[in-house]
Amino acid sequence: MKVLVAMSGGVDSSVAAAELRREGHDVVGVTMRLWGGESDTGCCSVSDVDDARRVAQQLRIDHLVFNFSEDFSTHVVDPYVDAHRAGTTPNPCIECNRHLKFDRLSQRARLLGFDAVATGHHARIERQPSGVWRVARGADAAKDQSYVVHMLNQRELAYTLFPVGHLTKVQVRERARELGLRTASKPDSQDVCFISKTGGRETFLGHRIPFRSARVVDESGKELGTVDAVEMITVGQRRGLRLPGGAPKQFVLDVDTERQTVVVGEESRLSRNDLHVGWVSWSHEPLPIGSEVMVQTSAHGATQPALLEEVDTNSVVVRWREAQRRVAPGQSVVFYDVTDRLVLAGGIAS
Amino acid sequence: MTSSVRRLAYLDHAATTPMRESAIAAMAPYLAEHYANPSGSHRSSRMARTAIDEARDDVADVLGCAPGEVVFTSGGTEGDNAAVFGAVRRHGGVAVCSAVEHHAVLHCVEHLHGEVVAADRFGLIDIAALKQTLERVAQRGERVAVVSVMAVNNEVGTITPMRDVARVVRGSAEHAVFHSDAVQAACWLDVRDIVAVTDVVSFSAHKFGGPKGMGVMVVKKGVTLEPLIMGGGQERDRRSGTSNVAGIVATAAALRETVTTREAEVVRVAELKRLLIEGICSQLPDVLETVPGLGTTETRPSARNIASTVPGVAHLCFADVESEALLFLLDEAGVCASAASACASGAMEPSHVLRAMGVPSRFAKGALRLSLGHTTTRDDVAHAVTAAVASVRRLRTTQ
Repeated sequence: MKVLVAMSGGVDSSVAAAELRREGHDVVGVTMRLWGGESDTGCCSVSDVDDARRVAQQLRIDHLVFNFSEDFSTHVVDPYVDAHRAGTTPNPCIECNRHLKFDRLSQRARLLGFDAVATGHHARIERQPSGVWRVARGADAAKDQSYVVHMLNQRELAYTLFPVGHLTKVQVRERARELGLRTASKPDSQDVCFISKTGGRETFLGHRIPFRSARVVDESGKELGTVDAVEMITVGQRRGLRLPGGAPKQFVLDVDTERQTVVVGEESRLSRNDLHVGWVSWSHEPLPIGSEVMVQTSAHGATQPALLEEVDTNSVVVRWREAQRRVAPGQSVVFYDVTDRLVLAGGIAS
Repeated sequence: MTSSVRRLAYLDHAATTPMRESAIAAMAPYLAEHYANPSGSHRSSRMARTAIDEARDDVADVLGCAPGEVVFTSGGTEGDNAAVFGAVRRHGGVAVCSAVEHHAVLHCVEHLHGEVVAADRFGLIDIAALKQTLERVAQRGERVAVVSVMAVNNEVGTITPMRDVARVVRGSAEHAVFHSDAVQAACWLDVRDIVAVTDVVSFSAHKFGGPKGMGVMVVKKGVTLEPLIMGGGQERDRRSGTSNVAGIVATAAALRETVTTREAEVVRVAELKRLLIEGICSQLPDVLETVPGLGTTETRPSARNIASTVPGVAHLCFADVESEALLFLLDEAGVCASAASACASGAMEPSHVLRAMGVPSRFAKGALRLSLGHTTTRDDVAHAVTAAVASVRRLRTTQ
């Protein structure tokens, strides 16, 4: 097969390219240039592109750079800023996968005659006996990234390869070392790639939206204090509220950016019996009401069982088996099958 | 993938030219037996020194200046930097350039918070706007340190009427150093005309069949620039650093051959360019010949509006096609071409030249520069036409 492999300059995508090459595919590596601004992590720094190119040269595959910075701004950075303005908690890595890696890049790959696109995600793509494609969790439970690639539909799944999904991270690094790849001991990327460590989220957002102060109130409406930037407050947050110490600890229960109000209360008040999820994408067909699912609400969080209570084309309400802490609006919610292995759908907490 | 390519058509001469055999032959002895530092005082040094002096005389003769006005540099970028920074550091004042300059000039001027003058739809500096800018600086009580205007645009190939620009510069900023980046001019124009009307001119050897890492700067007598590189005082204190003897000798040889063969090459390559553009435009709809000029048969603007472009650059914009995708398919087909300038990571950046020219984004996104030169053949052109037409059709139908 002719495969276009997205190479970020990290160890996982380096080994993904190597695996494909070993399997005898006709492989071309590509690094997406996504962000022109200040950044010290992620795939856009020149040194990461250098790493990707050197690995490609070592593997004797061609290496390209595609400039998708305009799409990245439109589909990832601008919505990230807008979400904060609206007081929700976005997940830009998921939007990047949705719009850049598995849409823009895949489209370009199809246009150029590639048979598949590959990435270094720790997840597996499996074809069920029924012929249906599913994302399955990666072999390394601690590094599993099925959560961030949950949005892939049948067409996309049939066109995507995750060549390191069956390996543990330790094995990936071993392979990289065996091949003498310069990325073998490169640290895992963390945090949001377009936000620099020195400036942080606050500086990044501060340059793009006017921060507004907000009143911090309890559930009865009694004012307890103020915060400088309501846009920086997330449901479930405890620190940084500048409240007097002492028990019981106060958590953010709700953020209302329009009224510039943050409601706080005890942790138990975050408890919910159900969860509303919008922007739902089903990997195959919607499940019937009453189906049991395992629900994951953060990248490395534990899953919890729940029942599908309402199912619409684009939205779902699930009832938790046991009450759960409220999920911050904007966070991605992913539904797995009862074995907690196969992705069925995903969406965004409302 | 590239290994499976049978035929290679190299149409990226504006990026770099294959070295001329005369240049390779000229430099070889100075890499092997005559390796001495020309600044020394022994016989080996004298031999190297002689080679440089002869090369300098040769270059001066070709460029129409005195040997003492020739400064050997590391390339076009150094010449551009040396002119802009050198003038501002020596004389103080404002740096001025056009919006379509190469980044080697533009970034210097921007760094110095200078003035960037608008360009027209042909990629030419707006001469009326230049005059206004120069007058505005004078009205502010400031001095114009340097005006830098390229002789030929590196992306779209437009030829600047340097005499007209010179008249404005001399008239409105008489003390300014007038610099021209003539990197893309050497193969196609009589560069003596450019040297005649400017104070400082930059050339790059690898654009005319010489080696990379070599350039020539003409600094007219009486023009003073603060040197960019200080040290041993080579090149009459204007550019320190041990002379690149082999590079200098090869540069002179390449330049000499370029100039000797120019007249015939201009005719030959202009015909190839016409075949290239007509071949592509006659088979595809929605193609913009970015600078309509030589070679267009349809939508010919009124004669007065025809800008001239050099024979070496054919710049086309394909609607509803993305340059990166087009370049990939051309590469696969064995055609080496380019779009705009690439950034440090190798990604294609949107062209500042096309933006300044006001090319609609539907077309600007599908920019393609096919640049021809001394090794280009009819077969190359035929191959490129076939590949470009097939690639554009494929990109348009699969979308």
